[in-house]
Amino acid sequence: MIMLSDYLALIDGTNLTPQLDPTQIEIKDAYVSDMLSDVMGSAKPGQAWITIMKHLNVIAVSSMTGVEAIVFAKGSAPDPAVIDKAIEEEICLVLSPKSVFELSGILYQALHK
Amino acid sequence: MAEYWNINPEHESAVRDFFTSVPEADVVLDFEIGEKDFVNSGKGSAEVKNTLKRLGIGPETLRRIAVASYEAEINVTAHSQGGRMDSYLYDEFILIRFTDKGPGIADIEQAMVPGFSTADDLVREMGFGAGLGLPNILKNSDALHIVSAQGESTRVEIMIFYGN
Ligand SMILES: Nc1ncnc2c1ncn2[C@@H]1O[C@H](COP(=O)(O)OP(=O)(O)OP(=O)(O)O)[C@@H](O)[C@H]1O
Ligand SMILES: [Mg+2]
Repeated sequence: MIMLSDYLALIDGTNLTPQLDPTQIEIKDAYVSDMLSDVMGSAKPGQAWITIMKHLNVIAVSSMTGVEAIVFAKGSAPDPAVIDKAIEEEICLVLSPKSVFELSGILYQALHK
Repeated sequence: MAEYWNINPEHESAVRDFFTSVPEADVVLDFEIGEKDFVNSGKGSAEVKNTLKRLGIGPETLRRIAVASYEAEINVTAHSQGGRMDSYLYDEFILIRFTDKGPGIADIEQAMVPGFSTADDLVREMGFGAGLGLPNILKNSDALHIVSAQGESTRVEIMIFYGN
């Protein structure tokens, strides 16, 4: 397990929801997918969700499955309306310039060392 | 009209009794669902989830209800000309009924197959269309009842017991 703040430092990550504190969010695992129903069926609380999808529905999917952190790959940031909804639902949004592959590899190593 | 049933054997008799004479619910929540309205779709399921959370339902049961309900709500948004969801809260379980204005499901068994999807480009752009929504509902519900036919409305009923 690592704290989201430690992961952020490894991926040049920006916290898009500064109202939420990444030093308080535990990451035990991750789920990687851009198909929302796939995430709905398989993502679990304690996992970060790494994706390039960034419209409003991703917040609902996180909220329904109990995912507390979404990592947006390749520097593609969601709209302010999506960020506002995430703050309301207490889901931390992280933006990174890295690819989904790099983000997964870095987290895998950090969790398994 | 074609009909599809799946019932968790553990709750078989309770489910059959319930559908034989539907009792009045303690709490009823209803929502309109607009065609292709991906901005508002999900609000009905969120309200159901928050209401159950306030009533003290545990996190794993909440997750099952939220996932099944959201998938069905999104299906009405994505695949139909709009409809509504009505949620009936009882002491031991919830029944959520989705009814839409068509165009219906030609072959329900085929629609249940993981990976089967008729989602259009807009729906796929929104991240849906993997053909996993109905299988997710099946996996997370204690009873799933679908009534539909080509050119008709679709009714999806989901029953989930709260457990302990
Ligand atoms: N309310 C509905 N009205 C008409 N057709 C429906 C309805 N719900 C489901 N379907 C049909 O069943 C198919 C399978 O539904 P399912 O939810 O499993 O997958 P999907 O919605 O296509 O993709 P996903 O749920 O993975 O995003 C749909 O593509 C559609 O053809
Ligand atoms: Mg679906």
